[in-house]
Amino acid sequence: MEFAELIKTPRADNAVLHRPFYAAVEGTLCLTGHHLIFSSRRSDDGEELWLLHSNIDSIEKRFVGSLGTIIIKCKDLRIIQLDIPGMEECLNIASSIEVLSTLDSVTLMYPFFYRPMFEILEDGWSAFLPDRDFELLNSVTDEWRLSSINKEFSVCPSYPPVVIVPKSIDDEALRKVAMFRHGGRFPVLSYYHKKNGMVMMRSSQPLTGTNGRRCKEDEKLINATLRPGKRGYIIDTRSLNVAQQARAKGGGFEQEVYYPQWRRIHKCIERFNILQESLIKLVEACNDQSHNMDRWLSKLEASNWLTHIKEILTAACLAAQCIDREGASVLVHGTEGTDSTLQVTSLAQIILDPGCRTIRGFEALVVREWLQAGHPFQQRCAQSAYSNSKQKWEAPVFLLFLDCVWQILRQFPCSFEFSEQFLIMLFEHAYASQFGTFLGNNENERSKLKLPQKTMSLWSWVNQPEELEKFMNPLFEANSLVIWPSVAPQSLQLWEGVFLRWNRPSKYLDEAQEEVFSIIKYNRLLQAKVNSLRKQLAELETDDRMQENV
Amino acid sequence: QVEQVKLLDRFSTSNKSLTGTLYLTATHLLFIDLSQRETWILHHHIAAVEKLPLTTSGCPLVIQCKNFRIVHFVVPRERDCHDIYNSLLQLSRTAKYEELYAFSYNPKQNESEQVKGWQLIDLAEEYKRMGVPNDYWQLSDANRDYKICETYPRELYVPRTASKPIIVGSSKFRSKGRFPVLSYYHKDKKAAICRCSQPLSGFSARCLEDEHMLQAISKANPSNRYMYVMDTRPKLNAMANRAAGKGYENEDNYSNIRFQFVGIENIHVMRSSLQKLLEVSGTKGLSVNDFLSGLESSGWLRHIKAVLDAAVFLVKAIAVESASVLVHCSDGWDRTSQVCSLGALLLDSYYRTIKGFMVLIEKDWISFGHKFSDRCCQLDGDPKEISPVFTQFLESVWNLTEQFPQAFEYNEAFLLQIHEHVHSCQFGNFLGNCQKEREELKLKEKTYSLWPFLLDEQKKYKNPLYNPDFSPELTLLEPNTVSFNFKFWRNMYHQFDRSMHPRQSVFNLIMNMSEQNKQLEEDIKELEAKIKRRSGQSDAVFVKEHQQSVRPAPTALKTPPCFKKDQPLIPLNDAVRTIEGSNTADNRYSELMEEFSKAEPAIVSLEYGVARMTC
Repeated sequence: MEFAELIKTPRADNAVLHRPFYAAVEGTLCLTGHHLIFSSRRSDDGEELWLLHSNIDSIEKRFVGSLGTIIIKCKDLRIIQLDIPGMEECLNIASSIEVLSTLDSVTLMYPFFYRPMFEILEDGWSAFLPDRDFELLNSVTDEWRLSSINKEFSVCPSYPPVVIVPKSIDDEALRKVAMFRHGGRFPVLSYYHKKNGMVMMRSSQPLTGTNGRRCKEDEKLINATLRPGKRGYIIDTRSLNVAQQARAKGGGFEQEVYYPQWRRIHKCIERFNILQESLIKLVEACNDQSHNMDRWLSKLEASNWLTHIKEILTAACLAAQCIDREGASVLVHGTEGTDSTLQVTSLAQIILDPGCRTIRGFEALVVREWLQAGHPFQQRCAQSAYSNSKQKWEAPVFLLFLDCVWQILRQFPCSFEFSEQFLIMLFEHAYASQFGTFLGNNENERSKLKLPQKTMSLWSWVNQPEELEKFMNPLFEANSLVIWPSVAPQSLQLWEGVFLRWNRPSKYLDEAQEEVFSIIKYNRLLQAKVNSLRKQLAELETDDRMQENV
Repeated sequence: QVEQVKLLDRFSTSNKSLTGTLYLTATHLLFIDLSQRETWILHHHIAAVEKLPLTTSGCPLVIQCKNFRIVHFVVPRERDCHDIYNSLLQLSRTAKYEELYAFSYNPKQNESEQVKGWQLIDLAEEYKRMGVPNDYWQLSDANRDYKICETYPRELYVPRTASKPIIVGSSKFRSKGRFPVLSYYHKDKKAAICRCSQPLSGFSARCLEDEHMLQAISKANPSNRYMYVMDTRPKLNAMANRAAGKGYENEDNYSNIRFQFVGIENIHVMRSSLQKLLEVSGTKGLSVNDFLSGLESSGWLRHIKAVLDAAVFLVKAIAVESASVLVHCSDGWDRTSQVCSLGALLLDSYYRTIKGFMVLIEKDWISFGHKFSDRCCQLDGDPKEISPVFTQFLESVWNLTEQFPQAFEYNEAFLLQIHEHVHSCQFGNFLGNCQKEREELKLKEKTYSLWPFLLDEQKKYKNPLYNPDFSPELTLLEPNTVSFNFKFWRNMYHQFDRSMHPRQSVFNLIMNMSEQNKQLEEDIKELEAKIKRRSGQSDAVFVKEHQQSVRPAPTALKTPPCFKKDQPLIPLNDAVRTIEGSNTADNRYSELMEEFSKAEPAIVSLEYGVARMTC
C-alpha cells in the first residue's frame, strides 16, 4: 500500500493552529505517511509541530461556512485545533488523518520507516538480556536455572524464550505445570531479594476449574522456593469472589489442601474496561476548566483513578512486606498474569531493590517485567482517553504502573536516579513512538515482526549521554534501603505532569524547578572547588614543610 | 505525673503504641516515651479533651488541639485519667486574659528589647510606604479616642474630602460604626482598597453622609470615576440581613458604584466545614473515595476557592480598571479581612516578604479588629464565635505559594508557625479582639511581640527559591483559580502525622543546600586567601564569577531557636536541625540522607492501610 493513496490533500496553506495557553499560529499544514506537520508561517520563530499519526486518539471536524476546523485529541492527552480554509481540503485532511492514525498493520507503523539520525553507541535490543540477569543471580545462589523450554514459544506463547525456574524442576515438569496454568504461564522467578534470599514468583491463575483439579508438579514447583519449615504467600490480585467465579470458566486459585504451606491473600485490582473507563473519566474531569469545586471533586472521585492507584500500591507494598519483613517467598498472579500481576511484581521491586530506582535498573525492570513478561502493549495501548472504540483489551495498565512509580518518587524524591520526565517519556512512547520497543504484544510477536532487525530500540536513543541527561534527577543520592510509601489517601496525588500537563500554564512551576536544579549544580561546583583548594593547600603545606626540612 | 501511659498511633489499625510517662506542667502537657522522645502540648492549644469508655488496657483519653494535632493516650488507672481529664479541662479553659501564657511567658528579653520588639511593625510607616497621606488621602483623628468605632484602630486614613460630619454620619449608618476607611493604596493606579461593615439600610433607609463618603472615595481616585462595592456575602444572606435593618448598598442611591456580591459563606458555615474536614481526614483506614467525597461534602476547598476568587475579582478591578474598591461583609472583620489582605498580597510584592507579611497581618487583621480572641477561643467563651477565618487566609496564601514557588520570601513553615502562635497565646499580638482591648490589657508592657522572634529565626522561614525579581514586568500575581489547582493542605491538617508525608523533603534539602552554598563560598574565600598567603598568587576569580549567579543570600545565621520545646513544624525539621550545628563544609547531604532513613522506621507507613493480612 502506498501512503500517497491515502493522502488526497497533502498540504494546506493558511491553516491556523490553536493550542491552549499559546497564541494561535498561522502556517502550513502538511501530511506525510506518518506525520502531521505544521510549520509556522513566520520564519523568525520557525516553529514546527510534528505529530505522529499514531499519537492521534480521535479527531472531530466542524464547519463554519467554508472554514473547516479539525480538533485532534492525542494519546498523550493533548488537544489541538486546526482551522483549515476550504471545505474539501478540510474533509480530505480529516479523512486521511483518520485512516492514517488507525492503520491495522503493525509493519506500516512509523518505527519500520524511521531512520535514526544519531549514532548508536549501544543497541538497546541487546542491552537487557535474561542471560545477564541470570548470571547475576547465579553469583549469589545456585538454586535456580535458566530454562530454554520456551525457545519456540510453544509452551507459553506470551513468555520469552528463556525463563528462570527452580533448579530442582526439570523441563518435563514445567511442561505439565504450563498445562495447569492459564495461557501456559507457569510460575517463574520475578525477583530475588538478596538481603534474605526470599523470592517473588509470578504466574497466571491455576486451571483448577469447578472440580478442583490439582497438579503435583505445580505444587512441587512453588514449594521448591520455600525454606524448610517456612510458609509462603500467594497474592491473588483478584477478590475472592472474582477468583471463585473464575472456576466456572476453568480457572481458579490454589486451594489450601494442596498448598498447605502457602497463605493466600486476595487483593482487588481492577482490569480492562474498568480501568479504561476510569482514565476516560479522569481526563474528562481534568479537561473541563469550568467545573466548580464540588463538581471537580466528585468527578475526580467518580473516576476512581486514585482508588486504583491505592489498590495497586497497597498490593505491591504487601508483596514487598511479605518478602522483606516476614521473610517469606511470594507468588503473585491474577487471571492471565499479564497485567495486575506485573504491576504488583514490578512495583514491589521498586520498593525493595535500590537497583530498580536507577535509570538503567528501571529500564531493565520495564524490559524484564513488562516487555519480556508479555504485557500486551499493542492491545492495551491501542487507544487512550479520547477513543470511542471501547475495545475490551484497551486498558491503561502501564500508565497506572507509571503513576504509582511517580507517587513513590513524590514521597522519596531523592531515591530515584530518574526524574518525572523519564516516566512521562515512557508513557508517551508506550502509546506512540518512532521506536519499535513497545510494538507487539509479547516476545513471540516481536521476533516474528523482526523488530530488533527492522526497528530502532527506544533504549538505544534514551541511553545516549546527552539524552539521558534530560531524564536525570539531580536530587538523586543512592539510597540502599527499602522504601515504604504511604498509601493514605492524603498522601496520594493527581499526577499533574500527565493529567494537567496541557490544561494549565506551567511557566512558574518550570522556572522553580530550574532554580532547584541550579542550586544543586552550584552546590556541586562549590564542593568540587573546595576540595580542589583543600588539596592545593595541603600540597603547598607539604612543600613548605619539605623546604623547611631542607 | 502518670507513668505507664500509652500514646496510640492515630491511624494505626492495630493499635500500635508508645509507652511512656505523662507530666502535667503549669503550661504544658508533656509525654516522654521510653526512648526519651518528648511530645509537648501547650494547654492553650487544646481544643477538646474527651474520655472514652474504659477498655481492658486502661482509660483512653483523646486530646484534640487547635493546631490539628490529635493525641490518643491510654492511662492505666481510671482515677488518674479522670484527674488528668479534669485538670486539662481547667487548664485549657481560661476565664481571664491575664491567665494566658503570654502574661507569664518570659523569653529573657530586657525591657528595651521588649519595647523595640513591639515597635518592629509600624503601621504609620506602612501607610507612608503605600504613599499616604497624599493629595487625596489623609490621616483622620476622628477615632483617636475610639469614640466613633471601638473596634477600629486609632489611626484611620480617609479621603481628604470626607469631613468629620460625613465620617460621623457614615459611621452611624454602618454596623458597629465601622465606616469606610483605607486598607490599601495602590500608588501607580491611584486606586484604593477600602473596607467597612454593612450599611444599616434595611429595606429602604439611606444616609446622605454615607453616600457622600463613598463619593469621596471614588473621587479620591483621579483615574477612574466609578468604584466597586464588593459585598463578600452570598446574596441571600445579605438580603436576609435587610429584615434586621441591615443589608447592602442600593445602587440607585449611590452615584457611580458598581455593586457585586461574591458569595463567601459566614463564620458558622466555615466552622462546621472545618469540623467535617477534620472528621474525614481523621478517619482510620480511609478510602480514596471516602476522602474525596468527604473533602467535597465538607465544602472546605470550595470556601478557599471562594475567598481567593473574591481577591482575584478585587485585584482585577484595581489592576485592570484602576477602580477603587470598597469591601464589606456583615461586620467587616472576617471575610473583609480575608479579601482585603489577599488582594493586597496579590497586588504588592512587599507583602510576599517576611517582614511585609507581618505588616499585612498587623494591618488588615490585628489593627482592623479581626476578633482573634473569639475566633480562636482564647478565653472560655461562646463556641459559636469560633471560626477558622484566619486559617483560611493562611491556606489561601499557601495555595498561592504552590502556584508561584518563587514569588514568596517565606515558606510553608512560616505560615504554620504563625498559625501555631495565633492559638498559642504565648505572645501578645493576637490576644484580644481589637486594639482598644489590647491597650486596656497593657499587652505591650506585659507581653512580648511574636514578630522579632520570627525575624530572629527567619532562616527557618526563608524560601530558598525566592526570587525578588520574580516576573519583573508585574509585581501582580494572577493566580489560576480553576478548581484542580486547590489541594488539601496536608502539612497543616496532618502536620503531626509524620507517616503521611514524603520521607524526603526536597524543600528542606534545597534550604540546607543554599545555606551550605553560602558556607562553601566563605570556605573558598578563606582557602584562597590561605593559598595566596602561601604561594603569593591568587586565583580568586572563581568566587566572584559565581557569586553573581546566586541569589542574594539570607542574612543572619545566628541565635538558637527561641521557642524552646517547640514541635517540629514540617516533618524532618529536626533532622535539619542536627545539620545546623556542624561546621564542616564536607558533604552534609549524605549525612542528612542517612538521618532520613534512620529516623523512619520502615514499618510505620506500611502499617497504615496495608499490613493486615487476611486469608
